[in-house]
Amino acid sequence: MEMLAQLSFLGLLVVAGFLFYKRANLIKRTIFLGKPGGVYDQKAERWKRVLLLAFGQKKMFKNPLVAFLHFIIYAGFIIINLEVLEIVIDGISGQHRIFAPFLGNYYRYFINGFEILAFGVTLVCIIFLIRRNILYIKRLRSNDLAGWPKTDANIILIAEIVLMTLFFLMNGADQALQTLQHPHYVQTGSFIISGSLSGLLSHFSVANLLVLERTCWWLHIIGILAFLNYLPYSKHLHIILAFPSAYYSSLEPAGKLTNMPSVQNEVLYAMDPSKAPSDAAPPTTFGAKDVFDLSWKNLMEAYSCTECGRCSTACPATSTGKLLSPRKIMMATRDRLEEVGKNISINSSFVDDQKTLLHNYISVEELRACTTCNACVEACPVSLSPLNIIMELRRSLIMEESNAPSEWNNTFSNIENNFAPWKFSPEDRENWVKEN
Amino acid sequence: MKVNTMAQMMAEGTTPEYLFWVGCAGSFDQRAQKITRAFSLILDKVGISYAILGKEETCTGDPARRAGNEFLFQMMAYQNIQVLNGYGVKKIITTCPHCFNTLKNEYPELGGNYEVIHHTTLLQSLINEGKIVLKEGGTFKGKKISYHDSCYLGRANNIYEAPRKVLEIFDAELIEMKRCRSNGLCCGAGGAQMFKEEEKGTTRINLERAEEAVATGAQIIAAACPFCNTMMTDGIKNKEKENEMAVLDIAELIAESMA
Repeated sequence: MEMLAQLSFLGLLVVAGFLFYKRANLIKRTIFLGKPGGVYDQKAERWKRVLLLAFGQKKMFKNPLVAFLHFIIYAGFIIINLEVLEIVIDGISGQHRIFAPFLGNYYRYFINGFEILAFGVTLVCIIFLIRRNILYIKRLRSNDLAGWPKTDANIILIAEIVLMTLFFLMNGADQALQTLQHPHYVQTGSFIISGSLSGLLSHFSVANLLVLERTCWWLHIIGILAFLNYLPYSKHLHIILAFPSAYYSSLEPAGKLTNMPSVQNEVLYAMDPSKAPSDAAPPTTFGAKDVFDLSWKNLMEAYSCTECGRCSTACPATSTGKLLSPRKIMMATRDRLEEVGKNISINSSFVDDQKTLLHNYISVEELRACTTCNACVEACPVSLSPLNIIMELRRSLIMEESNAPSEWNNTFSNIENNFAPWKFSPEDRENWVKEN
Repeated sequence: MKVNTMAQMMAEGTTPEYLFWVGCAGSFDQRAQKITRAFSLILDKVGISYAILGKEETCTGDPARRAGNEFLFQMMAYQNIQVLNGYGVKKIITTCPHCFNTLKNEYPELGGNYEVIHHTTLLQSLINEGKIVLKEGGTFKGKKISYHDSCYLGRANNIYEAPRKVLEIFDAELIEMKRCRSNGLCCGAGGAQMFKEEEKGTTRINLERAEEAVATGAQIIAAACPFCNTMMTDGIKNKEKENEMAVLDIAELIAESMA
């Protein structure tokens, strides 16, 4: 019987691990559909970003209260994992609370620490559910989140509450069994939160307590493994990808756009044909029409986005009722990526589906509304760049499709012919000196 | 006002310390021309040696690049870099944050390496060096001034302090708008929006910003970008506050107050 439990546990672990690995690999494959490259030197500066933005959540603290609440969930999530380690070892070895004898009296302090955190996590999850569903917070009520994204957010919060509740019930039953001197349940001393639960459970029979404790123990670990596998299908993936996103975030001045060496060379060869190599092939595409034309970093960022909407709150276009919402840019990129990923899984290589990120997922009107003000990048807690994606799509729109509003076409021809965006004569450029 | 061009100075065998990159707005836009004149007046009074490119200056390509027309940008950049390198330009000052950003951040990888300084930064160092002396009493003493952050100075290049430090010289009451510094709200002109109709929405961006400006109760909105200046002026006119508040460039404020 004992053996059977151990084997089932091991089996569960292997299946969950395998499924997670498979999904993680698929995401990795999808991210690397993007263009390779980019220079990521200044390693020290990048690790600093990871420490400040991802671990320290520095930018979250622009709103200290929400940042503090988020930090509780985050710290809870990381630290309670230590307890999961014990649960896993127990499950495989058939022991119970294997760390207790090693840690002696300290064991109780550890579990108490976990319980306090778990209580905090539960409380914050409830507050966040209220924020999302009862209070009116604009960025959490936006149309961007209609349908699945809203459900996704609620599932995550409810799942965490359920997991924490199971953790308390499991410990509570355990405490009650300890009080009854059940030989399998090591004496640990009283736990701060579940200890008070055990009083409520005191009239339960030993058999019932054993069933309760085991059921909660199993549901808790099954829940954790299920949550692990839900993660890569959800916006909650940010808890992993926030770290590489912070590491690879741009260290350049935010105003600098990525250069297009292919166009640079094309112009150079046109101006100075002697510099053109004889085998110079013209560039194949300009900018991005679909996810394949974006960089791997853009694609990783799309998977990293947790749809918090701080970008769209800060965006001058979104806040004045334009169609553009930087959050939606990230979500649309991810949706398209998911679709492309599935397409490849089914057909073993990508089969044209008559769709592209540009037009089918992100419209011309959205792209045209961007003022390139960088408010979205600044607002993002991990400095993801919707702007970078917008710019690549704009480049495709202009250079591949010649799709510009007529005023912009006039601007272009003015710059080309009169060397200024307005139709003034270049001869008059110094006139400002004279007029007084 | 006498302003030398690089060509004239080269013919005379002299090299100025700075190239003053005037920019298209500063050259052609009637409102921005006043900013250009104010800034060159300051340069003259302080005795800084500078020259302009004059007819040889062309658009940096910023609006073309941000609209998505990389070809046009690269063409403009190529020509400008040829001219700048031809004169051996080392230091550039400019009154336009868009020109500033392009020259400083985007030209180096195309072969144009210069020390590029925005006029607010230069003004701050001139004040620190004691080279700018204000008239007795001061035109703006005790006035309420609110500084509007330009995206291409602030978020794009982390210049938040210099313009504010310059404003401190006036002994005025400096008030921040609701969204300022890294949270500053765009005026609506960037990303080549200046050159097209705004997309449809519930309001215009410059009106939203003008509302924040009006809410400060300031008599002067200090700007550091000719495009912000236009947008804010229009926005304030729309709110019918043009008699109560003026939009002025930091260079204009200094020029008017200098002894």
